[in-house]
Amino acid sequence: MRRWLLPLAAIVVLLGIWELYVTAAGVNSLVLPSPVDVFRALADDRGTLWHNFKPTAAEIVLGMAVGAALGLLLAVALHFWGVVRLAFYPPLIASQAIPIPIVAPLLVLWLGFGLLPKLVVVALVCFFPIAVTTLSALGTVDPELIKLMATFDASRWQTFRRVELPSALPGLFAGAKLAAVFSVLAAVIAEQAGATSGLGYLLTVTESNYEMSELFATVLVLAALAILLFGLLTLAERRSLPWVHRQRETETR
Amino acid sequence: MIAIEGVSRTFAGRRGGEPVQALRDLSLAVQEGEVVAVVGASGCGKTTLLELICGLQQPDGGTLRGGPAALMPQRDLLLPWLSAVDNATLALRVQGVARQRAREQAAPWFERFGLGGFEQARPYELSGGMRQRVSFLRTLLSGKPVLALDEPFAALDAITRAEMQGWLARILGEQQRTVVLVTHDVEEAVLLGDRVLVMSPRPGRVVADLAVDVSRPRQPTDAAVVELRARALDALAVKT
Repeated sequence: MRRWLLPLAAIVVLLGIWELYVTAAGVNSLVLPSPVDVFRALADDRGTLWHNFKPTAAEIVLGMAVGAALGLLLAVALHFWGVVRLAFYPPLIASQAIPIPIVAPLLVLWLGFGLLPKLVVVALVCFFPIAVTTLSALGTVDPELIKLMATFDASRWQTFRRVELPSALPGLFAGAKLAAVFSVLAAVIAEQAGATSGLGYLLTVTESNYEMSELFATVLVLAALAILLFGLLTLAERRSLPWVHRQRETETR
Repeated sequence: MIAIEGVSRTFAGRRGGEPVQALRDLSLAVQEGEVVAVVGASGCGKTTLLELICGLQQPDGGTLRGGPAALMPQRDLLLPWLSAVDNATLALRVQGVARQRAREQAAPWFERFGLGGFEQARPYELSGGMRQRVSFLRTLLSGKPVLALDEPFAALDAITRAEMQGWLARILGEQQRTVVLVTHDVEEAVLLGDRVLVMSPRPGRVVADLAVDVSRPRQPTDAAVVELRARALDALAVKT
């Protein structure tokens, strides 16, 4: 109960302060709409919001899937070959400094206005945190466990498949949770670079029309999407890696 | 089964420091079906000796024949995502035995080890003593001719440790396995070993070789056990 009630109470309090401020100070709704206006827009425009939610959600889910696969592959490659790690880790970090708002329009130019350039942007943003956390998890496997496998005559690949890869799954999930939050931003930026639908597209339209309540309602949907993705990943982690949770409990006894 | 003669092992010092000689001119022999307990103070090269026997390291000098042994690590190191039976059969699976056949092979051992009914339990659902028994079974099922036990009960509480020592003594009495048991617990060495080898502080070598001619099961209070324990402690103390 506390897990649901506490964040809910925090949101209600914050909205209350916001509402109080807007009405008491008489803020122009073109500058900052009140929460009541935003929720009214949310209800009135639910059709439009839902219509634009679907392509954005698709971009994020597909982009994250591609990004996670790339991130995992990259982490494994860097883990297996020290030379590759030495050679490619610095340029990889450098690649993350390239601002996505610069890359996104180029991708639209190259790949058109469809799903593909958004998917690429989301994947580009997602793969890095997933690769880093997975690589670090692969590197922190108990060395005694590696020795044990060696006395069982396990090959490098068998040690990887039976010990290292399962040990690294919590790291993969940690990266995916980070990526889930970033991916929402990435999808918005990608859509603002050129799209005909999606929540990012909706932001561009409502902003240029000075429809502030509608703009904020769209942001609210994006925030809900980020929480939903994070929550689903947390649930999936608990389901597929029950030992992570249970072990933490026994260790902190 | 294992013959070590005049083996030395030196490690390069860290950051240009003095090289560390872990073992010097160490010799020991383990006969088939014999349980040899090696005792020594911390840092006497016990772990190095064990890794040599397991083939994880190579000696710098001297000869080592026999082995390599399968390791039972100090902490149980069970894989938390596998059930008890799949942990126990890890070595079999690595050797390419099909999952079902490996499980069938392990099943009678679960009964014998007092683990019946816990085949599907996850490691975190087992007590420390049970985890250690699964860990021992995993080493046993590897089919290696020699078992190398690295302070197998050091991480357990005193009561569980005493129980597990009694349990292992019984299993070793029934099974006739070739075992090298490394421990810093002199009493454990005397309770479990057919022979007790005492190692000197670094660089480690064997300074006493005591035969334990006491029938099993042995009690810590048996006169012969107490006497051997005193002799082993003596051998340890003289060299410190």
